[in-house]
Amino acid sequence: MSDVSSTGALPEMPDSHEDELIALRDDMLRFARLQLSDEHLAEDAVQEAMAGALRNADSFTRQASLKSWVFSILRHKIADLLRSRYREPVAECKECEHDSDSSFDDRGHWQAGVTPRAWGKTDALAHNDAFWKVFDLCLDALPGEQARVFMMREHIGLDSHEICEALELSASNLHVLLYRARSRLRACLSERWFESA
Amino acid sequence: MLNCEEAARLLSERQDRALSMAERTQLTLHTMMCSGCREFGRQMTTLRDLVRGHAPDASAGTPDDKK
Repeated sequence: MSDVSSTGALPEMPDSHEDELIALRDDMLRFARLQLSDEHLAEDAVQEAMAGALRNADSFTRQASLKSWVFSILRHKIADLLRSRYREPVAECKECEHDSDSSFDDRGHWQAGVTPRAWGKTDALAHNDAFWKVFDLCLDALPGEQARVFMMREHIGLDSHEICEALELSASNLHVLLYRARSRLRACLSERWFESA
Repeated sequence: MLNCEEAARLLSERQDRALSMAERTQLTLHTMMCSGCREFGRQMTTLRDLVRGHAPDASAGTPDDKK
């Protein structure tokens, strides 16, 4: 399916990609719900993304997988929604307080067992399903606010200012949340993927 | 002098805001001597690069047979 001929001719495609899109719909909804935490908005975003995908089906070449292409459309939709009409303040940021972090000793140095060690090659991971399963486990283990801001920042690509506005967070609280999320993900991936086996 | 915890925070924050000159200098001094924080910084970048390029929930979708 990745066979794109050098003549530039498109491979044979079914009328649009409706069947494949329908199969992706659940994944898209799950993702949109996580980001928007609103069923209707999530449905709308997915509808619009699918409509956009169908409308532009001709421009889709098999160079990218259909899935990453459709998700990039969805990501833009969600980013627009988050920027414009969406406001959901983080009610009370329990996770924003600076508290002690068990990765460090009382002088702020890495504890022996958890000092970061090199991950090695990571280029091939993007297409490794087993890795992403572990990643999802690690992401699911984060407190909700942390998972959310992490994905808004790193996956959707909103900037700090936009996230602060959407969630009515101060910049310093956002930085704490992002730091916590990244640290935990890093530690979880090190333990369950890079240093296991 | 920064300790590792302070350095780690800055290594995360530099992905979200521009650090001051003083912060950058302190961070460089620290990571020159501390391999743990150096790795931490690399992993912050790797995490971003991986997540940015990825469609979430790979469990269904592309028929990728790699394990």
